[in-house]
Amino acid sequence: MAILFIMPSIAAVGIFVYGFISWTGYVSLTNWNTLVKDLSFAGLKNYIFLFNDYRFQSDLRNTLFFTLFFIFGTLGLGFLLAVLIDQNIRQESLFRNIFMFPMALSFVVTGVVWQWLLNPSTGVNLILAKLGMENLPRWYTDTSIAFSFPLGNIEFGIPVAIIAVVIAAVWQMTGFSLAMYLAGLRAIPDELKEAARVDGATEFQIYRKIIFPMLLPITISITIIMAHISLKIFDLIYAMTGPGANFVTDVPGVYMFETTFRGNFYANGAAIAMIMLIFVAIFIVPYLIANRKGD
Amino acid sequence: MKFKHLAILSALLLLMGIFMAACGSETETDAGEADTENEAEAPASEAPAEGKKPLEIFSWWTGAGEEAGLLALIELFEEKHPDVEVINAAVAGGAGTNAQAVLASRMQGDDPPGTFQIHGGAALNTGWAAAGKMEPLNDLYEEQGWYDKFPEDLIELVTSDGDIYSVPVNIHRSNVLWYNVAIFEEHGLTPPTTFDEFFAVAEALQEAGVTPLALGDREPWTASHLLESVMLGKLGAEKYNQLWTGELKFDSLEFTDVMETFSQMLDYVNDDHAARNWQDASQMVANGDAAMNVMGDWAAGYFATDLNLEPNKDFGWVAPPGTEGMFMVVTDTFGLPKGVEDPEVVKDFLRVLGSVEGQDVFNPLKGSIPARVDADVSKYNEYGQQTIEEFKKSTLTPSLAHNSAAPAGFVQQFNQAVNIFVSSRNVDQFIQTVQAAQDEHINQ
Repeated sequence: MAILFIMPSIAAVGIFVYGFISWTGYVSLTNWNTLVKDLSFAGLKNYIFLFNDYRFQSDLRNTLFFTLFFIFGTLGLGFLLAVLIDQNIRQESLFRNIFMFPMALSFVVTGVVWQWLLNPSTGVNLILAKLGMENLPRWYTDTSIAFSFPLGNIEFGIPVAIIAVVIAAVWQMTGFSLAMYLAGLRAIPDELKEAARVDGATEFQIYRKIIFPMLLPITISITIIMAHISLKIFDLIYAMTGPGANFVTDVPGVYMFETTFRGNFYANGAAIAMIMLIFVAIFIVPYLIANRKGD
Repeated sequence: MKFKHLAILSALLLLMGIFMAACGSETETDAGEADTENEAEAPASEAPAEGKKPLEIFSWWTGAGEEAGLLALIELFEEKHPDVEVINAAVAGGAGTNAQAVLASRMQGDDPPGTFQIHGGAALNTGWAAAGKMEPLNDLYEEQGWYDKFPEDLIELVTSDGDIYSVPVNIHRSNVLWYNVAIFEEHGLTPPTTFDEFFAVAEALQEAGVTPLALGDREPWTASHLLESVMLGKLGAEKYNQLWTGELKFDSLEFTDVMETFSQMLDYVNDDHAARNWQDASQMVANGDAAMNVMGDWAAGYFATDLNLEPNKDFGWVAPPGTEGMFMVVTDTFGLPKGVEDPEVVKDFLRVLGSVEGQDVFNPLKGSIPARVDADVSKYNEYGQQTIEEFKKSTLTPSLAHNSAAPAGFVQQFNQAVNIFVSSRNVDQFIQTVQAAQDEHINQ
């Protein structure tokens, strides 16, 4: 009986998700790189092109550092805020709402707002200049790469401009990890902490031996969710900076959109989409398998 | 409790039923729509009234002046053809990016709009015309006597293998150097016409603490836009055009000279160019934050309409260095896709679009000049009138940054290379990349 009810959605997912993934995978192996449809088989040509491409190599570097900063930023800030709010402060719901509110916005809105705020000549730099600061940060227009060394065609290192984008992304998503952590902290029985205190544990030890281990599953969940957001991010960057000067804020999602719909490189675009899918799968699949074992 | 479960279950069932019904009806319309019914997609309010023939016009004109121009044109058409109901299928989005994505999926799904906006030149010829998706319009040109009404160079732009594929409605000039009149007067300078003069003026302005050249290359095409003017100025019209036939190589000495000049010009642009778009850059000139800006003449519409500035008083214009007597063309054209339901209706629209009346109702509002040589000059403002005169006596060349000179694939790779060049200033690397793109996309 139950199987009958889920059949339609299985069919829909089968066609509109797996069917289209297969189609994209097929297109990525063809020569279809103009408006004229050309489905002749090209092997891995498009993938080889991408991995030798300056722009795509920059994208991979940017995605790596964006993902790292984004995950650590949301985890760290979310945890800190959750601990502070958990101290039974007055007006707790007000603070919760303040920090959760950015999540109600779309990444496009966040992108536009932070594009103004971090504009090197108009935004927060005006305040910094008023405060007498010199050598103002250039935010997302900074083309320098910190700790760089040459790798392939590109300079590998931390793109300074990506930090501006991470600030906006963390601002948007911290509310989520705050809510998760707050729920996690509330779920830890007070008796445990009390017992530890009676045994003479310091606050630091309580965090290290009780709270952190009990929050580990939540941390993993947040990491998985943030990782897949950051690996396929498009809207925030497209609205905020676009590819950026010298592609310092470019990511595969933006490249995929531009190469497919501006350059008509359909096969290249499909190849980028497949690579993005593989990256997300690398994060998600082990998690799913672990979950299944847990059941 | 039991009841609650039952209620949820029946609600789910209902939802599923709706979903399946929706799926079912969708596939039905899909099948029916493939050959005929374009109107099935349009919102109910825009569907044609009983007995009227539909005509869908697809464009990316949703901004202030351009939308007004399009609506005026549609009104004129409906007056002449009361039996046709126009469906205005405009898709918003900068420089038509979104519209092109929608158009591509519809053309490839054999569901073309009645007619659609496309830039004359490579976008048309190496795009839909090469893909065999357009009907030739030679007989329409013959019938309307358009062969002597449009300039020869312009007809050349919409011709591919001897067949004409679209009708131009307007002309934009892409090579214009805009300047702030007050700044030039204050420092006793004259607008530059050669590269030597340009660098002398720029140096003087820099010393006086004024940003000489405004650039906003948040979208990389604007840097390509500046570079194409430098290319035209340094190479001249003939050699510039040879780049698009493969007769002139990018790894030639002449082109190296172009890139060195371009690199030198970049020394005089505003620091925050990567955070600005073209309007921001134009606004810098309008506000007096910068002295000059190279941009197409849609900037004239922006100055006059949006910022309420007066031509020749607040803002002035000259051809960028070395391009006097040359006219880089961006032309919007409309064609007839293969497989439309009623080609005669589309042709009726193209007849209006190509008439003097049609062009004069559209262009003064859009801020462009008419494609026809016999349009009514008195309807245009000071900038428009001067441009109409110059258009008649100039050598026309296609714009690269606006997809008229080379296939979209080349333009995309060129834009990427320019984006890298603006920060790296590596001439060799740039030339190598662009030469590879020329070999791949232009040389047969």
